[in-house]
Amino acid sequence: MAVEGKAIDALSQFELATTFGPIGRAVGFTQSNLHMLIAGALIVALMVIGMRPRAMVPGRLQSLAESAYGFIDEMLLAQVGPEGRRFFPFVFTLFMFVLFGNMLGLFPYAFTYTSHISLTFTLAMLVFVLITVVAIALHGKHFFGYFFPEGAPLWLAPIIIPVEIVSYLSRPVSLSIRLFANMVAGHVMLKVFATFVVMLGALGTLGPLLSIMPLAINVALVGFEVLVAFLQAYVFAILTCIYLHDAVHLH
Amino acid sequence: MVNDRDAFKQRLDAARARQGLDRATGADAGKGGLPGGNWGIGFRAGVEVVSALVVGVGLGLLLDRWLGTWPWLFLVFFLLGSAAGVMNVYRLFNPRRLRKD
Repeated sequence: MAVEGKAIDALSQFELATTFGPIGRAVGFTQSNLHMLIAGALIVALMVIGMRPRAMVPGRLQSLAESAYGFIDEMLLAQVGPEGRRFFPFVFTLFMFVLFGNMLGLFPYAFTYTSHISLTFTLAMLVFVLITVVAIALHGKHFFGYFFPEGAPLWLAPIIIPVEIVSYLSRPVSLSIRLFANMVAGHVMLKVFATFVVMLGALGTLGPLLSIMPLAINVALVGFEVLVAFLQAYVFAILTCIYLHDAVHLH
Repeated sequence: MVNDRDAFKQRLDAARARQGLDRATGADAGKGGLPGGNWGIGFRAGVEVVSALVVGVGLGLLLDRWLGTWPWLFLVFFLLGSAAGVMNVYRLFNPRRLRKD
């Protein structure tokens, strides 16, 4: 699959295909959906099985579950304030779903569902609708004052208000593009260097020696991708928190 | 009288801090949010500009198609999108919430 007719084929890894044979084909159940289900099951398993011992001194799984909980809890407290606690379930679910999607995608033969903009944009729209509804519910008509900062000269209103509206609407777009672009770029790079390994390896006597170089790059890249996978989930969660802060406090 | 009130406020603040009620405002400055790194910030700024442009151009094209005013609204919203992109980047470095309420 990596080398097809001596050409680098880096994008076919993002193609959707149905799984589970004819049943999957009938309902359009793709490997992307399958990985979402796996991620969901793993998250639930981590929280349920990890927290089962309820030990004072946590074991490995329990401390993983606890630190994931504490991580998001502290993030919400620092970014949104004590009022942010009520959004904990939403942000925690979002963070874990994105994190597990990114991490699962690094396994061989796995599919990265966060590399599809349809998914990341859906998540971002979820955040966008939530922050808008929260802002309107908490502040009513004052929400629209958000688009015109206090103290700005009134004659600037025809310029500032449309710019602010476009800027506000660009939030879900930037949120989704960032995650999607990072995941696609990482996986394309991995695939390209993996293809180099195979191509150079077929070059004859010197080939296998040369192919060590792209292999070394790929080893480093996998480590880098683990970092990116975590970092992007973190960025997604913290931007959600920052937007929630804006929605709750609304300057 | 004023002194009394100040003393009470001090004790109240100390008690609130002990209970962790004021953590949000206190810890805000330290955990400023996003991870740094030149590449990260550069990429973020790029994404902010591109997404604002995408929204601006998209809105302009949609409104043009609806009102039949091609290309005027497209041009206007292209400019608005670029302005919003610049503002996004500005806000990236100067967050709104520096103003305390």
